[in-house]
Amino acid sequence: MSRFIVGRALQSLLSLFVVSLVVFYAARLTGDPTVLMLSEMATREDAARLRAHLGLDKPITTQYALFLKQAAKGDLGESTRYRRPVTDVLAARFPASLQLGSVAIVISILIALPIGVYSAVHRGTTLDVAGRLLAVLGQSLPLFWLGLILILIFAVWFGWVPAAGRGGPANFILPAVTMGWATTPAIMRLTRSAMLDVLGSEYVKLARIKGLPEWKVVWKHALKNALLPVVTFSVLLFAEMIAGAIVTETVFAWPGVGQLLISSVNTRDFPMVQATVLLLASLFVLGNFGVDVLYAWLNPRIRYGR
Amino acid sequence: MSDFAIAAEAPRASVRRRRFGFVPWRPALILVSVCMVGVLAPLIAPYPPLQGSLGDKLLPPAWLTGGSWTHVLGTDLLGRDILSRLFYGARTSLGVAAVAVVVSGTIGTTIGLISGYFGGALDAFLMRLTDVALSLPLILVAIVLVAALGTSFANVVLIIVLLLWPRYARQIRGETLALRERDFVALARIANCSHLRIIGRHILPNVVPTLLVLATLQSGYVVLLESTLSFLGAGIPPSTPAWGLMIAEGRTVIESAWWVVVWPGLTIVALVLSGNLLGDWLRDRLDPTLSRTR
Repeated sequence: MSRFIVGRALQSLLSLFVVSLVVFYAARLTGDPTVLMLSEMATREDAARLRAHLGLDKPITTQYALFLKQAAKGDLGESTRYRRPVTDVLAARFPASLQLGSVAIVISILIALPIGVYSAVHRGTTLDVAGRLLAVLGQSLPLFWLGLILILIFAVWFGWVPAAGRGGPANFILPAVTMGWATTPAIMRLTRSAMLDVLGSEYVKLARIKGLPEWKVVWKHALKNALLPVVTFSVLLFAEMIAGAIVTETVFAWPGVGQLLISSVNTRDFPMVQATVLLLASLFVLGNFGVDVLYAWLNPRIRYGR
Repeated sequence: MSDFAIAAEAPRASVRRRRFGFVPWRPALILVSVCMVGVLAPLIAPYPPLQGSLGDKLLPPAWLTGGSWTHVLGTDLLGRDILSRLFYGARTSLGVAAVAVVVSGTIGTTIGLISGYFGGALDAFLMRLTDVALSLPLILVAIVLVAALGTSFANVVLIIVLLLWPRYARQIRGETLALRERDFVALARIANCSHLRIIGRHILPNVVPTLLVLATLQSGYVVLLESTLSFLGAGIPPSTPAWGLMIAEGRTVIESAWWVVVWPGLTIVALVLSGNLLGDWLRDRLDPTLSRTR
């Protein structure tokens, strides 16, 4: 097990390294940021001075080494757009993403758990099949379009909730549902299979033999044990959701990290793009690592199977 | 005599039916018709995709008040015919999907075959490479790369290929590993076949069903990925008719003109859903062992 974890951890570090490399070089390819930063009156010397100030005149490998060294110290540079340390901007934006992600995951679990349990208990019934269809549909809908359709129906036509921005609790509903749309089927299927495992176990048989009412067997005895992997998985899914929030935040003008990334790419804010992608990629890689370790722990065949 | 003929025919038909079950006609029909529309777009589209007149801008679909049958599904912000743009958009999306799936399938299969057949250090290296590629956050890398390289058809395909090949490599490598131990491969080796011949003539044909399933399932995923990237401004260049771009443009007028956003989205859903359903069906038919994840 420890060998598996170490190997998997090294792999995660390697992919983070690749991401940092891609981000660093890609950001350099998008163009010269000083063009956007200088006024039209600036001379060639001004431009050169600014480039020297930002370290853009050094060889690109040196710039990367410097970038890694600084990043390790928690200093990711200054945003060329906000003229503030990028970590400050990120820290200001991150809570918004975190909040939205939390609400989305809670909604997701609240919808997925009952359907998953029901599907397991009544396997092969209409609702079970409907649940599976819903899962396929969940994978086939483009999230950005779903978000817009929700805005159209519930904000524009009915006027029940605000269309965009971050204000009161009502602002959370549409973006959270959009984000949850992708994760709900995953949690649903996991609940279903976990419940199917537990329902076949000895102690559930015993509970039935004892004469406990069926609802108590299912919702108390079985669910309690099926819940462990489901909840752990949901917590880890959370990290991936934040990374996937880019689309949702863009659609709903949610002032989070994902929207920050897109606007930074459009304004060629190098340091901001680097820091944002590194943060989101770390969350993503960490989440994947967690899910893999969790699954290997739950299912020894994965540990030795590779 | 005729009774006998029927009796002899019956088992074969039933075997065939068991093998392919009921064909999901509706998804297949949708997929085929979208392909036809994409190929025939210049012939059947009522207007050129980029031609618009500002006088006709934001006309509603024909059956609503103010709409006319000259623009059946309405017009967009620049007065361009939405139906025509949907037709040409099918070209863009299917073009990207076809090229991306074929190229990534070729690269991934080659790596998977080599890795699984030769094993050893080469296999270890290639599989670590695949693992790292698989654990990259797809959409982040795509956004950053396209933003850096600029938006073009070729770049979108390149990004998607970079992201897709590891899935083929992993799957094909696993199957090759199992096939390598089979008797017919051992016999081929005894018959002094070259490595190239064993891989090409004896192993490759056996992984084709898996390839078909993966390709079908991924084509839907590619269409989703491409439209998402285009929507975020990191995909197809803005002048090209593409569904994701149409939705992005319609976003600003969603309060007054819902049709600009709704039609391209519905088309994407229909196409991706058909791809996924057909892929699931193919998987159940051809390769029941293939994992149910993605």
